[in-house]
Amino acid sequence: MRSEGRIIVFLRHLTSFSCFFAETMKWTVVKPFQGKPLRLRSAIAQMDEVGVKSVPIVALVSFVIGVILVLQTAYQLDKFGAVNLAASLAGVALTREMAPLLTAIVLAGRVSAAFTAELGTMMVTEEITALEVMAISPIAYLVVPRFVAMIVMLPCLTVLSDAIGMAGGFFVGTLAIGIRPGLYIHDTINALLVKDILSGLLKSGVFAAIIAMVGCYTAFAVKGGPEGVGKATMISVVTSLISIILADCLFTAIFYMYL
Amino acid sequence: MLETLIEVKNLSKSFDGRAVLEGINLTVERGSVFAIMGGSGCGKTTLLRNLIGVIRPDSGAILVGGQDITRFDENEMDGYRKRFGMLFQMGALLNSLSVHDNIALPLREHTQLDEKIISVMVKMKLELVGLRDFERLKPSQLSGGMQKRVALARALALDPEIVFYDEPTSGLDPVVTGVIGQLISDLSKRMGITSVVVTHDIGSAFSIADKMVVLFRGKVVAEGSPGQIRKSCDPVVQQFINGRPDGPIPLRQSSRDYLEDLLDI
Repeated sequence: MRSEGRIIVFLRHLTSFSCFFAETMKWTVVKPFQGKPLRLRSAIAQMDEVGVKSVPIVALVSFVIGVILVLQTAYQLDKFGAVNLAASLAGVALTREMAPLLTAIVLAGRVSAAFTAELGTMMVTEEITALEVMAISPIAYLVVPRFVAMIVMLPCLTVLSDAIGMAGGFFVGTLAIGIRPGLYIHDTINALLVKDILSGLLKSGVFAAIIAMVGCYTAFAVKGGPEGVGKATMISVVTSLISIILADCLFTAIFYMYL
Repeated sequence: MLETLIEVKNLSKSFDGRAVLEGINLTVERGSVFAIMGGSGCGKTTLLRNLIGVIRPDSGAILVGGQDITRFDENEMDGYRKRFGMLFQMGALLNSLSVHDNIALPLREHTQLDEKIISVMVKMKLELVGLRDFERLKPSQLSGGMQKRVALARALALDPEIVFYDEPTSGLDPVVTGVIGQLISDLSKRMGITSVVVTHDIGSAFSIADKMVVLFRGKVVAEGSPGQIRKSCDPVVQQFINGRPDGPIPLRQSSRDYLEDLLDI
């Protein structure tokens, strides 16, 4: 495809993505006040699916990242005889950056793919058209519960990841590097500010919206049969990952300047 | 004199510059079974998708009970959609829900009925298609024919005025084909439901339809009762209803000359 063609396709997708997002927001924020309540039962089922079932993998990744962070920083700090600073460094790095980003990346792989594969298959088998023809908005019925579940669960998982990551750092910092446990905890608490944790959580909210929207939008744009679903799933994961990292850069810059 | 329920006027639709429907005109009377026939790619599915408001035509009008549905906004369209049921080619049941929940879905969404009443209604609709025992199963546990019958039960859940059928008998064995055909004509005769059936199954179309049209290359080539269609002198109609390999309906769909295409390699 020529580059002009690609740009036009990209802009077209951007426009329909914006409409899709606006429609989702309409059904999430506006319609509940016009007598069309959110489908809470369905949202809770999704929270279990995307949130609770992601706990083991998020916990494992966070623990290991905490261990790695402390080991890597201790290696550098040792040269200055400041190994004790590893605790506060790991704490700040985890809450501000690593926990929100890595949790989002894990969920981008797990959830974005699942959303696109599931809804994309429904698109191919005309289930989504059937909903529309029954005067049931597919966005309200399928997308909003997934969106709400992600917005609620990703920050929760990030808090969990903060805690488990610091536990991992504590584990290796006290046992392998030899920082005193009391000092490790004291340093971590002293170094952390509420804004560190809050800025991390705010970012995770944005990442949640990206994962849910990209996963669902790509599914609704599926063309062709099973092959189309496979391709869309791949595109959805890649797009989520890239968008998360770009958004992370943007928000980190904003927080750096204004917070 | 029968009352006209659906009137399609001069409907045209094209995709990427290729005309799929050109100036379609037809009328469907209330309570009748109307068949839209034609070979693959003649535009019958596009016509159906226009009738159910999934796509909008480039020009022309579709009057249902005197109102032009092509000019409906989102709310009016939802109101119209509650008045008809649609049976999709592959059923299009929601695979994550049981048979019961699939049929209950439109009732739960659009009525304030008590769950017990909904259960009674679901049983009644399932009895109509003869599948009362399968309420708790998932669609994937049913055969293709059963899925279609469940989908028909779902289409009838809100007691619609009109039911649209997309290839209701394709891929089914002769007995199930007969059962579905019987159901469609029973619904129109006993309950006064208007049926619009898109099909290329000549046998069942001739046995159930009160009136039919034959589409060819996006145009209506014949319209009338099954008897009139059978007697039509149009070569397209004759080739189609008799399934002859030779005639104006081309087997090959390529636009380029065969020899030229081979020499180009």
